[in-house]
Amino acid sequence: MGANRRMAAFDEMSGFDGATRDAYAKLETWLKTTPPEEFSTRRSQADVFFRRIGITFAVYGDEQSTERLIPFDIIPRVITGPEWARLDRGLRQRVTALNMFLKDIYGPKECLKARIIPDDLIYRNAGYCLQMINQPVPHDLYVHIAGIDIVRVDADNFYVLEDNARTPSGVSYMLENREVMLRLFPELFAQHRVAPVENYPDALLATLRSLAPRTAAKDPNVVLLTPGQFNSAFYEHSFLADKLGIELVEGTDLFVRDEVVYMRTTQGPKRVDVIYRRIDDDYIDPLAFRADSVLGVPGLISAYKAGNVTLTNAVGTGVSDDKAVYSYMPEIVKFYTGEEPVLKNVPTFRCREPDALKYVLDNLGDLVVKEVNGSGGYGMLVGPHATKAQIETFRKKLKHEPEGFIAQPTLALSTCPTFVASGVAPRHVDLRPFVLTGSDGIRCVPGGLTRVALKDGSLVVNSSQGGGTKDTWVLDA
Amino acid sequence: MLSRTADSLYWVSRYVERAEYLARILEATTRLSNLPSSYGGAASEWISAVKTAGCGEIFPQHHDSATESSVHHFLCFSPDNPSSIRNCIEVARSNARAVRTALTSEMWDALNGAWLELKKYDGKKLTRDDYGRFIEFVKALSLTFDGSAYRTMLRSDAYWFSRLGVYVERADNTARILDVKYHVLLPETEKVGGSLDYFQWTTILREVSALTAYHWVYRESIKPWLVADLLIFNRQMPRSLASCYENISRFLDAIGDSYSRQGPAQRMARKTLSTLANRKITDIYDHGLHEFITDFINDNNRLGSTISEQYLI
Repeated sequence: MGANRRMAAFDEMSGFDGATRDAYAKLETWLKTTPPEEFSTRRSQADVFFRRIGITFAVYGDEQSTERLIPFDIIPRVITGPEWARLDRGLRQRVTALNMFLKDIYGPKECLKARIIPDDLIYRNAGYCLQMINQPVPHDLYVHIAGIDIVRVDADNFYVLEDNARTPSGVSYMLENREVMLRLFPELFAQHRVAPVENYPDALLATLRSLAPRTAAKDPNVVLLTPGQFNSAFYEHSFLADKLGIELVEGTDLFVRDEVVYMRTTQGPKRVDVIYRRIDDDYIDPLAFRADSVLGVPGLISAYKAGNVTLTNAVGTGVSDDKAVYSYMPEIVKFYTGEEPVLKNVPTFRCREPDALKYVLDNLGDLVVKEVNGSGGYGMLVGPHATKAQIETFRKKLKHEPEGFIAQPTLALSTCPTFVASGVAPRHVDLRPFVLTGSDGIRCVPGGLTRVALKDGSLVVNSSQGGGTKDTWVLDA
Repeated sequence: MLSRTADSLYWVSRYVERAEYLARILEATTRLSNLPSSYGGAASEWISAVKTAGCGEIFPQHHDSATESSVHHFLCFSPDNPSSIRNCIEVARSNARAVRTALTSEMWDALNGAWLELKKYDGKKLTRDDYGRFIEFVKALSLTFDGSAYRTMLRSDAYWFSRLGVYVERADNTARILDVKYHVLLPETEKVGGSLDYFQWTTILREVSALTAYHWVYRESIKPWLVADLLIFNRQMPRSLASCYENISRFLDAIGDSYSRQGPAQRMARKTLSTLANRKITDIYDHGLHEFITDFINDNNRLGSTISEQYLI
């Protein structure tokens, strides 16, 4: 179906016109001159490596297995030094604005007074946490670890597709993909000057330590809170805890006494200062939020509100992940930083607005429709690839609850050469860089996670929907 | 360290040790049951194997008779048996995964590799040869896992808790063999029933991989009271109760020293160790081997709960 409606996409290696871009010249030679058997050997080595280290990932709703490998493609995705410099500037600007925005909407609400964004978009937002209103957070920072999803459409234009300000995942793949590539293709690294990413765990630890409450001991106790080994990202939780040298705790390992959080150790209770939590707000404290949660820590929010523990990310950041709020990000960036946004937004139709809704309903076949608070590629309609029945289902949903949706034109995401059954073929990719914000500044390692849609023509890169990953190379200029 | 981490490390080791023990029982029993019946080979060996494995109560709920194939299946793979070898490996691996960061990568590789290997046996009808290979595979797993722990772990509380699991489980396993087979381990003063029992004794020694060790230690033909002596008192024999308690006490002391605090677990272990050091096999026979073993199993279980209360919850 999608084939005849496919748009010409910019290819990371060969642009629109088939002429190899400079950054990819050596890779192209490598692809052309390496015998196919060599590639298949290397690919199976990569597979064995990932399986042995247990870097698996669970797919919800998949009864076949609780653990699955995310397909890894050995052809790297390359970003030039100048391209990265611009992305880096844009990412820092955007995350700075996100933090100021959250501080504002949970505090003085200047942006509402200035009519930058409609009131009800905040007040009626499922991610807006009433408990956080006028609640100070350590160092006035909310989003300490952000994953900003970026897509490219041509030689010059990168767009932000969405902001992940809750608990973005995928950084372990960024790190492990690089390790595998270094093992499999040392000669490629000798030919390219690839900026390293291995300092990410150090940067993360420094960020987390900088966020400890001011009352904490000089050597703060930082832990990573996981929902447990049946969570889809458990591998990443355990990987990061190991790299950072911090305890990987589950809810039952923590308890709260007199508004202070402790962990149960073989030597008795030990005070906890910073919790890098990978549990959603709803589940983090059964006394404050969902009472049926068995993953959280009763009383945690009381300790948090008392200022005795830092939660990263802060509670209530989900409001900025909302895709209708996203559509105001250019204005938000300008309002708080006083600068023009470096990174563009994808043009977005807010279905809550009658004119936009009418346009969207008339053009469903050409648009991508997303739930405002969905994630992971769930609850999404890709018009050009959808069946009639799927389109009609969305039409009903849209009419029933227009404020629950936004729509965007189907972008021709850039493609990158990828190994598939028939050989090497272009496949759509995106990029998730990770931006760290501590009380001592912003850190962003060059690169991120490149996700690739392995199905021909597919635009859905999410690993839960059959996407794969690639190593991402930022070339040192 | 987190109590849960210590708990998982302790149980990972216990389950790996148990898996190996089950493999050894199956191996020794297969050998015994293949002997002509005039040498003691009898179908009744299979029910004895089930009891030694600690499944005497649940096995009859699922099988009418204990045969080579039903027992192999039950002890290796049966989902009805919570202590099957497969379950031991799965639980060990699941515990290991939950505390992946507390294990060295070698230990994780050993367990995760075994867990992946296990899938090859899924839903297959196994021949006697296949079972033979499976038993070898399980023994290799425990050697690799144990060796990795010994060679790669930092000597800190994580290592000590992991070692404790090995020895508490091992003490339980050796005691269970004695518990099921005590009636063939007669004291020196009793008249021995002839060659039939000889193969029972060698089977016991095989189950604790001590057949050769026996000869090196006693330098004489196999006598049942010496088999009992070897399994209970001989500190050179790594599966003897005395050796297990020497280690349990050593590792509990290491934990106590590093935390600068002793507790009931240390005291209990020391008491059992001193009992084992001060008694002789003849005293045991005077008071009854079976009573001694029953008391030992109960004390060992109590130590397990005490360790748990003191450190793991």
